[in-house]
Amino acid sequence: MILFLAAFSSIAITAGIIGILLYESLQFFKVVSLVDFLTDRKWTPLFADAHYGIMSLASGTLVTSIVALVLALPVGTIIAIYLSEYAPYRMREILKPLIELLGAIPTVIYGYFALLFVTPLLQFFLPHLSTFNMLSAGLVMGVMIIPYVSSLSEDAMRGVPMHIREASYAMGATRFQTALGAVMPSAFSGISSAYILAFSRAIGETMVVAIAAGMQPNFTIDPREPAATITAYIVQVSLGDLPHGTIGYQTIFAAGLMLFSMTFLFNLMGHFLKKRFRKVY
Amino acid sequence: MNKAEVKKLSFYYSSVQALKDISLPIEEKKVTAVIGPSGCGKSTLLRCFNRMHDLYPGNRYDGEILLHPDSINLVGAHIDPIEIRMRIGMVFQKPNPFPKSIYENVVYGLKVRGIKKKRLIDEKCEKSLRDAALWEEVKDRLHKPAFNLSGGQQQRLCIARALATEPEILLFDEPTSALDPIATARVEELIEELKEKVTIVIVTHNMQQAARISDSTAFLYMGELIEFGKTKQLFTNPREKKTEDYITGRFG
Repeated sequence: MILFLAAFSSIAITAGIIGILLYESLQFFKVVSLVDFLTDRKWTPLFADAHYGIMSLASGTLVTSIVALVLALPVGTIIAIYLSEYAPYRMREILKPLIELLGAIPTVIYGYFALLFVTPLLQFFLPHLSTFNMLSAGLVMGVMIIPYVSSLSEDAMRGVPMHIREASYAMGATRFQTALGAVMPSAFSGISSAYILAFSRAIGETMVVAIAAGMQPNFTIDPREPAATITAYIVQVSLGDLPHGTIGYQTIFAAGLMLFSMTFLFNLMGHFLKKRFRKVY
Repeated sequence: MNKAEVKKLSFYYSSVQALKDISLPIEEKKVTAVIGPSGCGKSTLLRCFNRMHDLYPGNRYDGEILLHPDSINLVGAHIDPIEIRMRIGMVFQKPNPFPKSIYENVVYGLKVRGIKKKRLIDEKCEKSLRDAALWEEVKDRLHKPAFNLSGGQQQRLCIARALATEPEILLFDEPTSALDPIATARVEELIEELKEKVTIVIVTHNMQQAARISDSTAFLYMGELIEFGKTKQLFTNPREKKTEDYITGRFG
């Protein structure tokens, strides 16, 4: 009974969160039409001339996430291949926890690392880069999610039975050919869930982008520009003193719902992808 | 004509000696069977031929296996195992196709060798599947996943995969132990056809199988070669008492 309650409580909490998100968003959408919400290119809910175009926040979220993934997916995958197929036992036992430590650093530290170290460094190569920019925030976020990609992909690759590797080696394949041609296809479903988790993590990340990418909503796909993400907006507004029940207050929930829909969509896609390619060996 | 000769071969898993001073010839375009009770070292011996033991740390070979005509020592320390595996194919106990299409499985070895010409690859794919008596069953679904095939078909696919690169010796490690009797019969038939083209060494725990399909048989016990001879002679008139006890089912 206690076990059931424990399991049930997590479902209840999730349902509660979704319920509040939907309820408050509904209030919001009574005032602002869904079409305006999705097509307006400005997000100025607290100005006299209020605009509610979520896309200028969503673009910030997507650009920073894509920059992060462009770094984290290849690097994380290469680390996973090294750890699973090349590293001697002892090396792996030392390296893996060290890499996982990257995920244990508080995100606020990553944020200031991006703002105060990576941005000046990038400005050295790109002199016109603004102090707040999505490139630096995205790259640091990428470093932050490398352990998610590498650790989960490595688990998936190590779970591939030895007889699959032997089949490849027996054909005269090198270690690299075996890793790419036999091990990775066999671990596809595990590796894809690692990628999807990394993506959800990047979309939902708040601190790094709030600190290093700026707080200005900006409808752009240029990573050199400053821009606010959905999460940065939520944290910015909820730290202020917006009265309960106002439209400004409800924007938080509408933005939250947007964020939730994005991660939900990707998780769903990942789920179907996994089912489609599930391998039994 | 001998295709290979095992000469005073010993093998060690770390400090445990698994093969003791084994010498036997492998005749060209004949089937040589290796039999013996579980743990006698028959699979260990087979896996020396393509250096599968090199995949795991701490293993050591002693002695030699000469591959003719160039008399290269397969277990020589300075011989690259990848070069060896290019010349010697293997079919495993459990069918182990890759999670790819039937076509991709067959041409895997060709891709590994850097062959790019599509027409050549397609030709070899068809030829190997025909040689493995699988072409008629799969020709309309070459690009479907190999996992959709039955166990027996998967094993014949693995044989086609090994044949595609035209190995000089084909090693079979208990290839029918995971198959039903009908699939087993088909694989046995296939092995008898294949010996026209390639030298075969087969490890089996099934004595009837060895008697049915092999030309010569080696009987291993506790890592030692007890007896080697023509299959007919070994099964009807064994020289050694141990061989007789084993083939008459007194132990094993």
